Amino acid sequence: MADSPKSTLKCFRHRKVNVKFMIISNNNRKGWRLLAAPFIFCILLLAAPLTMMFLLSFWTQDYLTLDRTFTLNNYIEAFTQPVYQLLFSRSLFISLTVTFFTVILAYPMAYFISFHGGDRKALWLFLITIPFWTSYLIRMFLWKVILGYNGVLNSFLIWLEMITEPLTFILYNVNAVVIALTHGWAPFAILPIFVSLEKIDRSLLEASRDLGDGPIHQFFRVILPLSAPGVVGAALIIFIPTVGDFITPKLVGGPDGLMIANMIQVQFLKANNAPLAAAISISSLMIVAFISIVFVLVNRKYLRRY
Amino acid sequence: MSRSTKYLKVFAYTYLMFLYAPALLLPIFSFNASQVIAFPLTGFSTQWFETLLYQKTLHEALKNSLIVAISSSILATILGVLASRSATRYSFKGKQVSLTFILAPLVLPEIIVGVALLTVLKQMGLSLNLWSVILGHTLLIMPFSILIMNSAFNNFDISLEEASLDLGENQFGTFYRVILPLVLPGVIASLLIGFTLSLDEFIIAFFLTGTEVTLPVYIWSLFRFPKQLATVMALGTVLLIVSLILLSLSEYFRRRTATTKTPVL
Repeated sequence: MADSPKSTLKCFRHRKVNVKFMIISNNNRKGWRLLAAPFIFCILLLAAPLTMMFLLSFWTQDYLTLDRTFTLNNYIEAFTQPVYQLLFSRSLFISLTVTFFTVILAYPMAYFISFHGGDRKALWLFLITIPFWTSYLIRMFLWKVILGYNGVLNSFLIWLEMITEPLTFILYNVNAVVIALTHGWAPFAILPIFVSLEKIDRSLLEASRDLGDGPIHQFFRVILPLSAPGVVGAALIIFIPTVGDFITPKLVGGPDGLMIANMIQVQFLKANNAPLAAAISISSLMIVAFISIVFVLVNRKYLRRY
Repeated sequence: MSRSTKYLKVFAYTYLMFLYAPALLLPIFSFNASQVIAFPLTGFSTQWFETLLYQKTLHEALKNSLIVAISSSILATILGVLASRSATRYSFKGKQVSLTFILAPLVLPEIIVGVALLTVLKQMGLSLNLWSVILGHTLLIMPFSILIMNSAFNNFDISLEEASLDLGENQFGTFYRVILPLVLPGVIASLLIGFTLSLDEFIIAFFLTGTEVTLPVYIWSLFRFPKQLATVMALGTVLLIVSLILLSLSEYFRRRTATTKTPVL
């Protein structure tokens, strides 16, 4: 008999495979049809400009004319001139310090909200984000008001008679930039760490307690490793954009607190040396990407999904 | 309460004070009579809010900012809805790579995006106007919009869409009459967040703005004039209140998507 149950089944299976194949190709088409517009938008406004900037970094600009012969001179200048070396290392130092302090301060806060927030968790999160919904520029400017020679902090400390002369090491230098940025990026650390703490299955904590872990052991062996994705995420979210900030150094940094982004801005807009600015931008992007990738790889054993 | 919890609580409140320090100074100095932004305070005055009403350049900047914020939040939300619907509904080749690419502006330093966009515009000989800022902001906001819409679409029950198609509604009708109403709170949240982000964005606007400046670029230019600083404080206070209202609204709508998993019939 040709139509044995077995062959029908076989035929059916065959059809099923076909249907599956059709669904996949259908999915491909439908998925891409929807994704096309945003994808093309990003090609035009992100990939193309970045490529253009990459090309530009190998050219030279003489006043207003652009010489399109390939040269590595811009990169050589960016990496050998002491002023750029100084700005690169200072920017990295500031960003890494800011990242460190922000995460260190944010962690206990996130921990407090997640483990002791009770039914007021949402309220705490709301309270934390409120001060950050005014203009970034104005917030950074207010740090100048707080840290200045006649500033809020100095007047307060003099009023308390804790100091007689205003403190001067807190404005127009690297310290001021670090303080202002540590404040400005706080929610970007608190929120991801909070989310990762919330995800921890509380029964794991009971288990570790039952198995004899004290609070300190429990924290370092269970909670901290499980919240690592949030910590790593927070660190990257803060580290990457702060390297490129030029508002804060310009407002509170003074000449000794300027960062690489200030140089990019000056070279691009004022000195009319777009190719050099492009080379510095590409270099900082590479350095930031390299550090971020190393950081993720170092922490990769904690980033597995549990 | 154990002792360590007590310490933790003390820390939390101290840290909260640190977070509020600048924001609390804002209303204090904006109602202060002196134009010098320092203690001691000299008296109560609403004159800085009054000057806000008469500054023509400020109104111009505000108008530009509103145009940019409204256009870019709408554009970003449309693109975000498309991307997020594609990502949550279909699995297809190259999905992960292309989505990662679209979300990249989230982790790129803004100055790089600004410089890159300006490079292209200059090379193509295009002039800078509000459109360049709008496009730049759309690029920046779109990832946020996608993330918000992803959570809205994830809560959406696909069987409702299938039911609508089975009952004879076409693709467009299904989208318009079934899907859109259910994810609408997410769309509104995305519009509001995008609007707020665009309104406050400085770096890209600074690079891409032509003669028509946006509000943050205008504020930046005011920092050079010490006499204007008290007005800036008043402006900051107003902006804080406006963002708070917008944010509360967006939070309200976002929560509504989170709870409308099963639609009320």
